[in-house]
Amino acid sequence: MSRISFTIDGVTVQAIKGQSILKAADAAGIYIPRLCAYRDLVPHGSCRVCSVKVNGRIQAACVQTVIEGAVVENNTPELEEYRSNIIDMLFVEGNHFCMFCEKSGFCELQALAYRFGIAVPKYQFLYPKREIDMSHPHVYVDHNRCILCGRCVQASQSMDSKNVFQFIGRGIRKRLQVNGDSLAKTDLKVTDEAVSVCPVGALVRKRVGYETPVGLRRYDEAPIGDDIEPGKGDR
Amino acid sequence: MQAKTRIATVSLSGCFGCHMSLLDIDDRILKLAELVEFDRSPINDFKDFQSRCAVGIVEGGCCNEDNVEVLESFRKNCDVLISVGECAITGGINSMRNNIPLKECLDEAYLKSPGVYNPLNKIPNDPEIPLLLNRVYPCHEVVKIDYFIPGCPPQADALWDVLVALLSGKAPVIAYKNHKYD
Repeated sequence: MSRISFTIDGVTVQAIKGQSILKAADAAGIYIPRLCAYRDLVPHGSCRVCSVKVNGRIQAACVQTVIEGAVVENNTPELEEYRSNIIDMLFVEGNHFCMFCEKSGFCELQALAYRFGIAVPKYQFLYPKREIDMSHPHVYVDHNRCILCGRCVQASQSMDSKNVFQFIGRGIRKRLQVNGDSLAKTDLKVTDEAVSVCPVGALVRKRVGYETPVGLRRYDEAPIGDDIEPGKGDR
Repeated sequence: MQAKTRIATVSLSGCFGCHMSLLDIDDRILKLAELVEFDRSPINDFKDFQSRCAVGIVEGGCCNEDNVEVLESFRKNCDVLISVGECAITGGINSMRNNIPLKECLDEAYLKSPGVYNPLNKIPNDPEIPLLLNRVYPCHEVVKIDYFIPGCPPQADALWDVLVALLSGKAPVIAYKNHKYD
């Protein structure tokens, strides 16, 4: 495997040819915020939270492969504002009621907003009307909280060898659809990866909410990304 | 002796949880009492402004015309307004009605809901009752708000840190562990 080197915010990073900037940064202990990208799922650059500047041009770090000698900007006020704006838009576009959401404290959308120090979204709330599918005995889908990251769509196919979810519609009308009359009519099991990869409270296991006491939840003390680059996201 | 900084507080369409959280600063409340004088506030039960205030703390969103009137009077009488808690910042639980037409909400509450006892079969419309707005508005969509303290309710430490910073003329920063939406 041929190794190449490039810089992120002036720090030289070694990477394997063909690797994404995001994976190379993770390996080098540099955190690039991301939302739709998830471990071994194939990244598709849809959320744009991982936007970085590569030789002066904005690229999604999850899909952009490393380039020998490239100058990558990550932690700049300009990029932080773009990322923060995306999180703002995701918040106003859905109905995110953190105060009673079971995912609160574990939610990656919320965690990014905490990390960016967002107290109030800069855009007007849309308060859309969305559905909740409670039909399945062990899992529910709350479309109010869905951010259309596509993790469940892909995980159901590639990890669970099923095809429970898909997207329908385009633009503001795009939404998650189950392949059946309701979630109960699909072959989804509570143990499926598709359920556990959801970054927000859109796909939730029933009857296990609020298991972890406030203060001990994943992002209560340490910001998201702290596992990759400790001590950077704290205020 | 220098005059104490005057503070006004109000709970619009909220649950008073944010005010409870303010009391949660525990013995620091004595220190706060040394630093500030409460003007219009549920803490001393003054219903009107006594004089101009340096800081106005607003809990709750705007559900009805009275909320808007009170919020506007806060903007008029306070130098700095702080939106405190999720209801003031996002509309909160109340804003769950925002994607349901107002008439449907009232019909459900007063006419259709199981267990409703309403022999006249009328929706209350006494002139004393403030009219509901078409939807719930976060405070910053109604007047200019200067600072925001998120949380449901905000952590007592977040309230304390922001107040102390403002009173000592510094830019308020909420520490990561106190910056929560729940």
